[in-house]
Amino acid sequence: MSERLAVRKTYKLFIGGAFPRSESGRSYAVTSSKGDFLANAAKGSRKDARDAVAAARKAFPGWSSATPYNRGQILYRVAEMLEGRRAQFVAEVVDADGVTAKKAGELVDAAVDRLVWYAGWSDKIGAIRGGANPVAGPYFNLSTVEPMGVVAVVAPPAGPLLGLVSVIAPLIVTGNTCVVVASERAPLPSITLAEVLATSDLPGGVVNILTGSAGEIAPWLAGHMDVNGIDLTGADADLAVRCEELAAENLKRVLRPAQETVDWLADPGMDRMTAFLETKTVWHPIGV
Amino acid sequence: MVSTTTAPFAEVASSNATLRAFLHGLPGVDRVGADARAAMLGTRSIKTTAKAQAIDLAISMVDLTTLEGADTPGKVRAMCAKAAHPDPTDPSVPRVAAVCVYPDLVATAVRALDGSGVKVASVATAFPSGRSSLEVKVADTALAVAAGAAEIDMVIDRGAFLSGDYLKVFEEITAIKAACGDAHLKVILETGELATYDNVRRASWLAMLAGADFIKTSTGKVQPAATLPVTLIMLEAVRDFRLRTGRVIGVKPAGGIRTTKDAIKYLVLVNETAGADWLNPDLFRLGASTLLNDLLMQRQKMATGRYAGPDYFTLD
Repeated sequence: MSERLAVRKTYKLFIGGAFPRSESGRSYAVTSSKGDFLANAAKGSRKDARDAVAAARKAFPGWSSATPYNRGQILYRVAEMLEGRRAQFVAEVVDADGVTAKKAGELVDAAVDRLVWYAGWSDKIGAIRGGANPVAGPYFNLSTVEPMGVVAVVAPPAGPLLGLVSVIAPLIVTGNTCVVVASERAPLPSITLAEVLATSDLPGGVVNILTGSAGEIAPWLAGHMDVNGIDLTGADADLAVRCEELAAENLKRVLRPAQETVDWLADPGMDRMTAFLETKTVWHPIGV
Repeated sequence: MVSTTTAPFAEVASSNATLRAFLHGLPGVDRVGADARAAMLGTRSIKTTAKAQAIDLAISMVDLTTLEGADTPGKVRAMCAKAAHPDPTDPSVPRVAAVCVYPDLVATAVRALDGSGVKVASVATAFPSGRSSLEVKVADTALAVAAGAAEIDMVIDRGAFLSGDYLKVFEEITAIKAACGDAHLKVILETGELATYDNVRRASWLAMLAGADFIKTSTGKVQPAATLPVTLIMLEAVRDFRLRTGRVIGVKPAGGIRTTKDAIKYLVLVNETAGADWLNPDLFRLGASTLLNDLLMQRQKMATGRYAGPDYFTLD
């Protein structure tokens, strides 16, 4: 009997719940931390970014008006799906990061736990960041938080799974939709994560993942007039400055972490959730 | 009956039998071929300066349309302001060709567009179903013309057409044409209800023989509305009609054209089928409402180099 041929996976983009190839037809070779060839990944273009923003915008009304309870359930479901594919992610993290299998297992567990942790926040963030304000007059004065809209993310180059989950989960749990430019060096776990997202009740377009060069794609997202915020966690200093200048045109909210390298295993705190929220305050006369 | 039929076809409409013999004598449409040709022309790549030109041409061809039960005079006035100055921040944007409203709102639109050069079109003849008596349809048309409409978009009686009563459809169109006076007559074939491409070709010829100035695909109320293959067949019909009679008829796809990419596909189709003579607003129109914003966004993208967002354009 002849030897069985290997079935290799085609890594594509994740836009609007589907897995298209790059509009440009380009791809690039991805290597492991040791320099061995792993796979070819799609090299996304500005038009892929444009399509991803359109998909994220289309998904926003439905996702932002879903109940927080429902969003929490879906995030928890993502965690369940990720847990079910633990072995696959451990193998990919070992390849991408060159860490031991034990360390990779810890990182994948941390990514699952992070999703569960953020899932719990879905119906609590409103009470923490909003509430009844005391005012000097006969009014009820109530503040509530609302998602901003479409947020672009330059994912951290280090921590291809935990870092990615740690930037996506806080955005979507509050009702934003996002377009993520995955780590250029280690994009494979991001597309495997997309497979998890696609099978976990998350509506198409809420998370869109592009692989390719952040230096090429991120400026188009930063300048896009239909993007409401941009998270530059994974951008190097030059790219971050360029993106901040472009983002000024429509007053996008920009998130730049204080320190260069983030310890993704540490307690994330609330900052990433609250960074892309707007506060709405209503006044209502008492007794009417 | 006053016949507007031009000389080579003088006898065609003398009875239902001659009309039927003529229309059924037209060559059949190769459905697969028409679909493939339309799809192939849709793959042409129009970029940079050609794209900029195409966008401006497409804007100048738009019939900005609102045909909702909920239309108010205020909404029509707002739409008219947009028709005259599609992007108030950029005076280099051309105005659209016309606005298209229901007959009772024609007077409002005419007042709002006075002196702007944008024409006012009105749907008439029991739009969109066309189910009423000829008297009512003529009165509906007269109402719109009296209110100042420069163009009338009539619907054909699809029931009569599909049951083979071509003479009834023919006589209805000639009667409406007479009621139009100086106003241009666009005849809506409602291709989504005609079932076959052969019927689209026959209905196109029937409308042209009866005196239409324009043939239009759809009301926008029936799915599918305008499609590329159907427009291709109608463009072939106007091209052939000019060769046979010398009369030049316009074409208007309407409904379902939402993106700049779609609009440019139609322009390519016009150029390759009927010819460059048709690439002007007097002979080709795009019936649309949401298309205009996409054209403006693409125009802004080309001017500023950054992708535009719908937050910066009026909703209509």
